[in-house]
Amino acid sequence: MSRALTLLRRRLVGSIFVLLIVVIGTFLLLEAAPGDAVDAYIVSTGGDAGMIELLRHRWGLDQSELTRLANYLWALLHLDLGQSVTFSRPIRDVITERLPNTLLLMGSATALSFGLGSVLGIYAGARPGSVRDRFLSIGSLAVYAIPGFWLGLVLIIVFAVDLRWFPIGGIESIASARTGLDRAGDIARHLVLPVSALGFIYLALYLRMMRAGMAEVWRQDFVLAARARGLSRRRVVLAHVARNALLPLVTMLGLQSAQMLGGSVVIESVFSVPGLGRLAQEAVAARDTPLLLGIILVSAVLVVIINLLVDIAYAVLDPRVGANEAGA
Amino acid sequence: MPEFTISRRTMLAGSALLLASTAMPTIGWAQTPKKGGRLVVAADSEPRNLNPAIVASNGVFFISSKIVETLAEASFGGKDGLEPRLALSWEGAADGLSVTFKLREAVKWHDGKPFTSADVAFSALQVWKPLQNLGRTVFKDLEAVDTPDEATAVFKFAKPTPFQLIRNALPTLSSVVPKHIYETGKIEDNPANNAPVGTGPFKFAEYKPGEYYRLEKNTDYWGKDEPYLDEIIYQVLPDRTSAASALEAEEIQLAAFSAVPLADLDRISKVPGLKVITKGYEGLTYQLVVEINHRRKELADLKVRQAIAHAIDKDFVVKTVFLGYAATATGPVPKNDPQFYTADVPTYAFDVAKANALLDEAGYSRGDDGKRFSLKLLPAPYFNETKQFGDYLRQALAAIGIDAQLVNNDSAAHIKAVYTDHAFDLAVGPPVFRGDPAISTTILVQSGIPDGVPFSNQGGYKNADLDALIAKASETLDTAARTELYKEFQRKVAADLPLINVAEWSFISVARDTVKNIANTPRWAVSNWADTYLES
Repeated sequence: MSRALTLLRRRLVGSIFVLLIVVIGTFLLLEAAPGDAVDAYIVSTGGDAGMIELLRHRWGLDQSELTRLANYLWALLHLDLGQSVTFSRPIRDVITERLPNTLLLMGSATALSFGLGSVLGIYAGARPGSVRDRFLSIGSLAVYAIPGFWLGLVLIIVFAVDLRWFPIGGIESIASARTGLDRAGDIARHLVLPVSALGFIYLALYLRMMRAGMAEVWRQDFVLAARARGLSRRRVVLAHVARNALLPLVTMLGLQSAQMLGGSVVIESVFSVPGLGRLAQEAVAARDTPLLLGIILVSAVLVVIINLLVDIAYAVLDPRVGANEAGA
Repeated sequence: MPEFTISRRTMLAGSALLLASTAMPTIGWAQTPKKGGRLVVAADSEPRNLNPAIVASNGVFFISSKIVETLAEASFGGKDGLEPRLALSWEGAADGLSVTFKLREAVKWHDGKPFTSADVAFSALQVWKPLQNLGRTVFKDLEAVDTPDEATAVFKFAKPTPFQLIRNALPTLSSVVPKHIYETGKIEDNPANNAPVGTGPFKFAEYKPGEYYRLEKNTDYWGKDEPYLDEIIYQVLPDRTSAASALEAEEIQLAAFSAVPLADLDRISKVPGLKVITKGYEGLTYQLVVEINHRRKELADLKVRQAIAHAIDKDFVVKTVFLGYAATATGPVPKNDPQFYTADVPTYAFDVAKANALLDEAGYSRGDDGKRFSLKLLPAPYFNETKQFGDYLRQALAAIGIDAQLVNNDSAAHIKAVYTDHAFDLAVGPPVFRGDPAISTTILVQSGIPDGVPFSNQGGYKNADLDALIAKASETLDTAARTELYKEFQRKVAADLPLINVAEWSFISVARDTVKNIANTPRWAVSNWADTYLES
């Protein structure tokens, strides 16, 4: 396991630089966007010159960009994410409130797309070129071509408005005072549609990747050898072909986690899920720089952690990986 | 234009009929409202500050007007269009230096403490005057508030202030907050700004960011038998399409402030159990305005501005952009204003030939490519309709040889570009009319406003005549004389076109049939909903 630990240490050091670049880059990008938090705020209130000056001063926007960036980084060094101007609350609280919802949504959607995608991929890849393979490949491509928000809206119209099987949005029933299992069930019911909308699109990706990987492996000599040894077809498919085709999928899992965060912005808005993606969108519109930086930082840490886990999983799945790195 | 007025009336009559017809079968026992129930309403934004005494805006009022009450509320039948809330009567002195309010007695704050004139004095002097977005203008000369007894508050002004203005400002500017909660610490940082304490029919109960606000019944409310509802929930629905779906799925019962887009209204009005209501926003009129940057030499020429006014087919805009849910405008005061509006102003009929002739006369002939000159056009992004009108205006200008380049920004960028950087030639704006020209429409033409003030004259327009008129009106105490000055103001603006008023519109509500006593005041969506009830 020391191999994994070395890997962990190396990645963590590298990650800090990545995060620093992310923070400074986002800060500069937002500074370049026209209008500041006060401009965004007075859209709904109006106000005279004195009031606007007062607000700029209160929100620290009368300081230079450099001072603000330095202040932010200094606070960050003390693990302080600062105060959100749109919510007038500590950013840490605002984010921790929403993070679980996004993690739940992303986690379930990833599990759905990865799980179902690889199973269907194995099913299709077990007999490349067969009718079921063709059907699944084309079907998944069609689903992949559907934009997420559209799929979301269609699911709402069919399953929430017409059939009323599921609620149209939110993370749980409003002010219902549910607890324990009852509440968990309620949340699960609310998650069905958004998770399907988010998960089905990425499902196609895993399915096709699994299928393509298996088609490749089938041609390898060791598969021939395994078959020659008289192993059952089932064993050949699962233990030899599928296992070797699984590695690229794990890589994909890491990459996809970042993309899914992006996709959840749209899905969270369509399904009114109070998550991080929607918060990010609101932060941009309100020009709430520290809040957006906080969200991006948390997302970046999330992506780094997921990729770290993927690397470790990789090292476990394939002993060749990490051996060189750890030695270097 | 007259034909359109008729069509608007028929439309209103139609919706009134619709209301009547849905009310008909139950009319026998509709008089005795039912108690109890939870009303779930769509909310599209979450204001950062819920204190209406600091932020006098519709987004804040929508939620907080049920919790924090004003001195008076707008009403269809009341004297001067008002009905009492925390004040029972209001009297302006002849010299314009004082206004006396008689206050309601035996009213309690939600925390049980008694409401007195000290609270009114505190709110006026410590909150409205120094901190409130609109109060800073209206109460700028407020010097002191005398409280001879617990039920009397006398506002003292340093300079004569028109009583008509104070009266018109009451429903919007006079939210009273409790002194005992706000007197310690900085008012702007008080936690009650996000969990308001008031005297209203509903108490603030809970806020789950990104999900909902919950208000619950104030059992100690001063209104007899009121309120009827047990709870009001504002469910946050950020997506434009979700309010309509939520209504259809019966997850919410009311979507106000046009949360259901105009294009969906036709379909939704056919859904059994849902009704579309155009009433209840008479006091919340928005004006569709073409803002003009007079620093551009072409636009500084009156003939060019007249040409642009003639190039706009206002009827088409109302029918196509607003799908009929609007009225054409003649000038800077909306037609539905009962006090100030005058139709006696210069008008600009849709006439492309005349517009072209005016431009030729002004010396801007068409080039070889058929274009006279190019302009930068910035439609405000806050409403679908302002963006769509931007698209229309571009085509209308093309017809008279003006090449308009559309620049689309998000809200913050638009505010900065137009009101701070002046980086526009034409802009499309939706200023709101607040029932008195002194606190709304005059700021759009008056000169000498510092850069960066939103929704004000940032087009570099300067007209000493108009400035003098506005200054005179602001200190004219006699109501009739003051009203006459504002009629003159409308004529002058329509003649000189510092900006072009195109249309006036309000919002639409969609509600379940079971929601009763709605849309019964001119500012209903931002009123206290004490008499609203649910019929099961």
